[in-house]
Amino acid sequence: MKPPRFQYGAPSTLQEALELLGRHGPDAKVLAGGQSLMPLLNMRLATPAYLIDINRVAALDYITAREDYLALGALARQRQVERSTVVQQRHPLVIETIRHIGHTQIRNRGTIAGSIAHADPAAELPTLLTCLNGEVVATSTRGQRVIKAGDFFQGYLTTALEPDELVTEVRFPWLPSHAGRAFTEFARRSGDYALAGMVAVLAPAPDGRCLSAQISYLGISSTPVRASTVEKLLSGTSLDDKALNESASAAAQLVDDEVSDIHATADYRRALTMELTKRALQAAWRSCTRTEKGA
Amino acid sequence: MEKPVSIPELFETSTITVTINGRQYERQVPVRLLLSDFLRHELHLTGTHVGCEHGVCGCCTILLDGEAVRSCLLLAVQVDGRTLTTIEGLAGPQEPLHPIQQAFREQHGLQCGFCTPGIILSVHAMLRDKPEPTEEEIRHELSGNLCRCTGYQNIVEAVKCAAKYLSEQKREGQ
Repeated sequence: MKPPRFQYGAPSTLQEALELLGRHGPDAKVLAGGQSLMPLLNMRLATPAYLIDINRVAALDYITAREDYLALGALARQRQVERSTVVQQRHPLVIETIRHIGHTQIRNRGTIAGSIAHADPAAELPTLLTCLNGEVVATSTRGQRVIKAGDFFQGYLTTALEPDELVTEVRFPWLPSHAGRAFTEFARRSGDYALAGMVAVLAPAPDGRCLSAQISYLGISSTPVRASTVEKLLSGTSLDDKALNESASAAAQLVDDEVSDIHATADYRRALTMELTKRALQAAWRSCTRTEKGA
Repeated sequence: MEKPVSIPELFETSTITVTINGRQYERQVPVRLLLSDFLRHELHLTGTHVGCEHGVCGCCTILLDGEAVRSCLLLAVQVDGRTLTTIEGLAGPQEPLHPIQQAFREQHGLQCGFCTPGIILSVHAMLRDKPEPTEEEIRHELSGNLCRCTGYQNIVEAVKCAAKYLSEQKREGQ
């Protein structure tokens, strides 16, 4: 048998799951979709004493449009969200992002909240949540708190969650009206973790210039990176070549040297980040639904 | 005062009941037993192959309630009460090949055959959702299964052929 020995519990209610986490939290892992945790167990990189399988907690399986955001329960699977009519109509950027995750077979099991809680800096969803100023709802027997994406991701595979807390919901705010959007990444093979990638949301002003930008990157540091320097550069511009080149240079500054690995050096990722920045910004700008360009 | 919540028991073995290829099985399993190993070692359904055991290669792909999933990334205990299809479930030993299998045979969509069961089950789910895929869509969906022999060319041809057979079968059934 490949996974290490552990004790397994399959609670059927949230309260039971939280009680188990409250009792065993520091030595336990939560099993949702398992598409990151199971490989870690199979390779014995993770050896939790307890595995708390939340797959039977039906109350966590929901996709709900609320006033300010799309709310996804801890068991909302990536594939289910991808197929959801409400998400297709109201938050297509979430769908575009999900389509870059692994393969169909992985997304059939993998959950949105699980990817957020796993906090891989090269993963798509943490970067999207960071870009949108999204929120994570963390619940324990002690109560519930809402954590901003900017505070949630603290380091490589490290989050602000306490050992007894469960991510019960993830919130993706709606885009500003008329906003353009793009998700782009570069991976050597389809479905691999990307070497670098980015999400861009651009809100146009009535005069056809860029009112505000929200930009974040994956694969360039130990957490998803919110690019406030690039965002500031872009506001007020009309995304001309000068603005694009300056943005690309500013983005390159955000790439940490520590991301050099066998797959790509930091310099390679810098070059990639510059190119992706230009492409994603152009794509996002083209998809704005209110521009005076040529009108 | 609030009603005290019972804390569920934790355990290291469990009895599961699962329907596989139309047959119900009840077995006691250690909770850390992978579904892929359960199928192969306990039930001797060795058509499900095991390659990388971390979800990359796709050889162990099966259908869980109709959806293609990696059986190496599931614990056997998680499929209690569920319905699975493995490659053995597509056509019995005395039956003609399933149209997807027939297409792979005719188009030489395999060489060593190690990746084939996973590919066929992935294709099964793909063609149900998208009966007339474009070549680009076929190639995109096949990216979840690695083949080290064929270069994929004949696999793509086999999927096109399978789509044709399945739509013919559907028309005849109407």
